[in-house]
Parts: sequence; C-alpha cells; structure tokens
Amino acid sequence: MSILVNNLTKYYGDAKAVDGITFEVHSGEILGFLGPNGAGKTTTMRIITCYLSPSSGSVKVEGHDIQTDSLAVRKLVGYLPEQNPLYLDMNVLEYLEYTAQLQGVPKSLIPRRMKDMVEACGLGEMKHKDIGQLSKGFRQRVGLAAAMIHDPKVLIMDEPTSGLDPNQIVEIRSLIQELGKQKTVILSTHILPEVQATCGRVVIINRGKIVADGPIADLQRSLHGGEKIILEVEVPEEQSFEMISVQVKQIPAIETVSLINERNGVKRFSVETSDATDIRKDLFNLCVEKRWGLLELHRIQTSLEDIFRQLTS
Amino acid sequence: MKFANIKFIFRKELRSFFNSPIAYIVIVVYLTILGWFFVSNLFLNNMSTLRTVFEMTPFLLLFFAPAITMRLISEEKKSGTLELLFTKPIKEYEIVIGKFLAAWVLYFFTLLPTLCYYITVASIGTLDTGTVIGGYLGLLLVGAVFLGISVFGSALTENQVVAFIISLFIVFILFMLDKVLFYLPTQLATILEYVSVDYHFSNIARGVIDTRDLIYYLSMIGFSLLLATNVLQKRRIA
Repeated sequence: MSILVNNLTKYYGDAKAVDGITFEVHSGEILGFLGPNGAGKTTTMRIITCYLSPSSGSVKVEGHDIQTDSLAVRKLVGYLPEQNPLYLDMNVLEYLEYTAQLQGVPKSLIPRRMKDMVEACGLGEMKHKDIGQLSKGFRQRVGLAAAMIHDPKVLIMDEPTSGLDPNQIVEIRSLIQELGKQKTVILSTHILPEVQATCGRVVIINRGKIVADGPIADLQRSLHGGEKIILEVEVPEEQSFEMISVQVKQIPAIETVSLINERNGVKRFSVETSDATDIRKDLFNLCVEKRWGLLELHRIQTSLEDIFRQLTS
Repeated sequence: MKFANIKFIFRKELRSFFNSPIAYIVIVVYLTILGWFFVSNLFLNNMSTLRTVFEMTPFLLLFFAPAITMRLISEEKKSGTLELLFTKPIKEYEIVIGKFLAAWVLYFFTLLPTLCYYITVASIGTLDTGTVIGGYLGLLLVGAVFLGISVFGSALTENQVVAFIISLFIVFILFMLDKVLFYLPTQLATILEYVSVDYHFSNIARGVIDTRDLIYYLSMIGFSLLLATNVLQKRRIA
C-alpha cells in the first residue's frame, strides 16, 4: 500500500474542511480525486504532502507517518500545488537545480536529472529563460518537471491541467499516464473527461466526506442501475408527445419517457429504464408495428458527469 | 540540522538579491547618505576618526534592515512558494537561518566599501585601529540583530509593507531605549539599558570587546530567529 489515509479530519477554526475521510492508494495506481470547489480536495492533498497538519486522523505514505516521520514523507513525494507557485525571477535550470538540491538529490546526479526532466517535459528551448517570461503552459511544465526532479515514488498533483489549452492538456495527460506506470499518482481535477482518460480509480469527495470510491466502470454500474436510450422517430404531425409516450411506456421496464425536442414531426425522446434490461429491440419492434420512421436509436452510458452531479448536488 | 540545506537557501536568496535591483539600490543609497555625512564633517572636525560611520550606520540600519528583509518570507507567503518550501524535506529553521544569512552577507557587502574611509583617514592621520575593529564588529552585530528581527517581521505577514512597518517599529524601540532612559526610574533604567542595542554597541565601538555584549547580541539574534521559526511552524499547524 502506497498511501493510507485513515479517518482524516481537518478544521479551519470552526469550519470542518475534511471530515473523517479514509482511503488508500496502491503502488502504481493513478487515483483521480474529484469534488466540487471547496470540497476539501486541496486540503487533503496539502495534508498528505505535509504542508498542513491534520486536526485528527493519520496518513501514511510508503509506511512513513506524515507527522512523526515528516521529512521521510517529503523526500518520497513530488508535489505540484494548486496555483503552481514558482520563483518568477529564476530561470528554468536554476529553479530545477534549486528544487533538486532541496529535495536532497545527490550532487553528482543533479545534472542528469535536470537534463532528463527538461527533455521529458519539453522545456529544451525555454531552459535559459526566466520563469516569469514563460507562458502558463510552460510554467505548468516547469512545475511538473520540478515535482518529478527527484524521481519520487509518489506524485501528487492539484489540478495539473488547469489553464492549459487543449493540446497542452493532451500532452500533460499522456505524460501523467506515462509516469503512472512506475509511480503512485494522485491527481485532483474537476475536468471530468480528464479523469476518464487517465485514472483507473476515482475518489469523489463532497463537503469533506467521501461519497464514492472505486473504478470508474464500477461507479457507473452501481450508481445508475437503469439505462438511458435516445430515440428519434418521424411520426405523423397529429400524434402528440403524450400519445406516443403512452405507447412507448407499454414496454415493461421503462420508467420515464421525456421529450428532448420536436421539429416537423420528428420527435426526439430520452427513455430511461429502471433496470439493465436491453429494451432497444422492443423499441425497434414498436416502431415497426406503429409504422414510425426510426431515425435514431442508441444507448447512453452514464457519464462521470452524471455520477458526479448525482453525488455532489 | 543540515548545513547543506541552509547553504542552498542562502545561495538562492543571495543570488536573488544581486539579480534584482535591491542589492544595488541598498548599497548605493547607503553609501551616498553615509558619504555625505562623513565627508562634510571630516575636515571641519579635523579629527582622524571613523565616528561618523559608526554613529550613522545603526541609524540608517533602522530603515535598511527592514527594507532588505521585508520580502524574504512575506513574498513566499504571498506568491504561494512557501508551499513548495514546506513540502521539501527541510526544516523551518534551516529556511530562516539561510534567509537571515543571505541578508547579513548583503549587509556585509554594503559595509565593505566604507573601508575606503578607513584607508583615507589612516593615510592622512593616525587612527586607533582597535576602535575601528571594534566599531566594525559592533556594526556587524547590530546589523545582525536588526536583520534577525526584520526576518521575524517578514514571517508575520504576507504583505511586505506591513512587514516593513512592524520590523521598523520593533527595531526603532530597541534603538531608542537608552535615549529615553533618564526619564525613567533607576531600577527600570538598568534593565532597559541592558536590552538596548545602542548601549552594547557603544561598549564595543570603544574597542572594548566584552563577553557580556557578545552574549547580548548572540542571544538577541538567536531569539529573533527562534521567533521567526515559531511563526512558520505555527502556520503549518493552523
């Protein structure tokens, strides 16, 4: 077990930011840490990285307790904080060297590590520039390079792709995936496709409490028992939505039928079932029987957005 | 304690002093003001002494010490880079000591050119070398106390102006203490005299290096750095 968070609670004054959360992260796993703004993601990450101390509860990283063995934890962890703070008056190489020194990388290894990181993060052309002159995307790469300069076992990233353009997001994502093969990674975000693309497992947190924990596929199955089907048919104009809806509802297992839009006799419905039975065939047969022109029929998987909204609103 | 960590912090801060205008502004402004006071009186008094240097510098330091150090910690707080430092395997006091030493070395480089005055005066008259050595030692120690206190001031807030004013206030009180002594009852006066920076400085500047004065300075420096460390540690727990 790489990271063990046990009953962690954090108060800011009277306000409870994190409320008794427990989860674990296995070695070599990429964990997505999700939640609305103010849910306690950053606070939790700050506690794991020893920036803040917990009010109660414990965290162990690779067997080291964050309170009694803090220096060992900080040596093992690479951290990219939320706003990606950097020393703007240093140039990229100076900054990477300084970070490597403070992380305790042996002097003889520092030039190699710097070279590797500059290469891995695509900073070759920028390495002699002051960080203050770099664009946001490059600053983010500098932050990532610095977080990984000591080849940490555990990498914790607070919104690593915020403020990047779509190309940069794809790049950073693939970089994270590449890294995730050998490291334990926790990344927080509220960009949900990002989690779907990179993380094997998600922990969703809301108001300081964990509301879901598991692989994305499991969450999709457990949270939404039924299925959602989009149906588009061409029907004679005089048939109203209500008339069609009644007929559709005769198929067992259908729970709700709602109209998405309607134009020139083409009606688009969303049909939801109460369990996982596949009703596509029944819908098709119904259309044939009623002589409706079937234009579209497809199943929608519950997206992470839906799960997220269900759990946190 | 890892000296390597202190060294890394120290080098980074010193480099950023000299990479920015701060170091040059401090050195130029200090030398200009001091030079004006020094030269304007030198031939009028017709005495071969560096008294002006030793009298003016503590006074100028009241402003320069807070100015040099005000950004050292408060800026890290404001820009969020303190989070980077705090999540590295280094201790708070290593950060504080490294930063303090960088400021002190900048101050040392500021004093260095005043050796020209020594050379000038020594070549046209006879100068008591003992008082000069004592005077410079005293200046380095007074500077260290003021800088230490100002590092503490900088740790208190994320606003540099506030840090400057707090530091100036504390340093000013320590400096002025023995100038208001005769308004106070004798028993109280002896205590306050001991706390006053200037009282110990005048001993050393006479060329008398007494362990009591040295202990005073070292404990003041140690105490202010300890306070700064405490402020940082509190922040982690908060």
